[in-house]
Amino acid sequence: MTTATDPPVLSVRGLVKLYGDAVVLRGVGFDVRAGQAVVLVGGSGSGKSTLLRCLNLLETVDDGEILLAGEEITDPRVNVDRVRRRIGVVFQSYNLFPHLTVLKNVMLAPVLVHRMPREAARERARALLDRIGLADKLDVYPDRLSGGQQQRLAIVRALATEPSLLLLDEITSALDPELAGEVLDLVGELKREGMPMVLATHEMAFARELADEVLVLDDGAVIERGAPERVFGDPRQARTRRLLAGARQTRGSGR
Amino acid sequence: MIAAASTAVVAVAVVVGVTHTSGWPRVRQRFFSGTEIAAAWPAARHGMAVNLELFAACGLAAGALGLLVALLRTLAGPVFLPVRLLAAVYTDLFRGLPVILVVYLVGFGVPALRLRGFPSDPRVLGGAALVLTYTAYVAEVFRAGIESVHPSQVAAARSLGLSHAQTMRRVVLPQAVRRVAPALLNDAISLQKDSSLVSVLGVVDAVRAAQIATSAHFNYSPYVLAGLMFLAITVPLTRVTDHLAVRAARRRGDRRAGGGP
Repeated sequence: MTTATDPPVLSVRGLVKLYGDAVVLRGVGFDVRAGQAVVLVGGSGSGKSTLLRCLNLLETVDDGEILLAGEEITDPRVNVDRVRRRIGVVFQSYNLFPHLTVLKNVMLAPVLVHRMPREAARERARALLDRIGLADKLDVYPDRLSGGQQQRLAIVRALATEPSLLLLDEITSALDPELAGEVLDLVGELKREGMPMVLATHEMAFARELADEVLVLDDGAVIERGAPERVFGDPRQARTRRLLAGARQTRGSGR
Repeated sequence: MIAAASTAVVAVAVVVGVTHTSGWPRVRQRFFSGTEIAAAWPAARHGMAVNLELFAACGLAAGALGLLVALLRTLAGPVFLPVRLLAAVYTDLFRGLPVILVVYLVGFGVPALRLRGFPSDPRVLGGAALVLTYTAYVAEVFRAGIESVHPSQVAAARSLGLSHAQTMRRVVLPQAVRRVAPALLNDAISLQKDSSLVSVLGVVDAVRAAQIATSAHFNYSPYVLAGLMFLAITVPLTRVTDHLAVRAARRRGDRRAGGGP
């Protein structure tokens, strides 16, 4: 059970990232508490994806710190593989392993990284795949699946290692609206089950119903933040208003 | 049907045309003499066994070492710069040298050093020269394969907590090897042919055996025999390679590839 005194699942403070002379992130900070979803919105090039890559240590940070359950993971002495085991990542382009079957995609990390017995990993993978309706596709290769199925498979692959935090990077950008719907439904379910997450998305309606906190990024800085009703209903920054006006306001699925 | 018929017509025309030229009897006697070929057969067969031995041993060694060199070049981070540099210099050097020069250098140069414990068997030295050269070729092929796997695959694997080694072994290499299989087989075919270069060190391989037989009667039929023996091995290998290439292309959904030569 979590109490108020527990450290946040994730705590980001004053994060700065440079690419050469270009400043990509200028002092970004936020917390993700147990069961919370923090949603990052912003135009392309605003720094959302870079931020997510930093959280997973796929990028080194130039200043600031990231704490995972109170432990500083930006410390250079930290074992990055150990940190990544505790964080699940879902990418825009799915990044499934094309040479492995659906079942093997899900089993790979539990068996290899978490040393789970093969049988137990298989059972767990099967249960997860059953949940997303792929129980009859265990032995097919990912390229035989629809885009929506592939992305749900990618989510399940990230869940198989029982991460304490999920990072979702524009996971519906490559999908048709009706396929995006089934992916967003799954993310909504996970949120209701209490999975803490950080998402970057263009799906404003979805962001609004899911988020506990919305961060609006522009040119590497958080220009506006707050509860979704406030940010979407009464944006204070002109840039936020412009961003919202240009974005898709309807939810992906037509329900 | 039409293709088969027209091929047959052309083949017959070529055979008839060639065999009716005025010089043909002399050509046949010099190059296609049955008795000469029969006489050279036992020696050539023994020679070919040497070629095949070299091919198998050097192929396995160059395959394993080439993979190792390619993997060394993927090591990230400033600590590994010397390793990466060394691997790069090695591949550039041996890819750029004529194979026969490496054979001479290793085959004649190493024994001249009179080092204790070093093998002096020309087959071993010739084989070592082939391994040095082909390791560089194979390393380049593997490197191209590794680089052809999209970085997002590495990102996905690493974010699942896989180490660099696990990512290479379970995610990158399986995809890379599948893609470069045709190119690797091409190198294998070249190696099988280049195994005859050890003959310059005095190893009696199929080519050397044919040369000895030829010089006995100034009849070139043993060369033809040796050539046919090489073709008997390399042509099927070539067909397998083409088959793999077509299959790989089809898997990628490219329908333009395909068809025969």
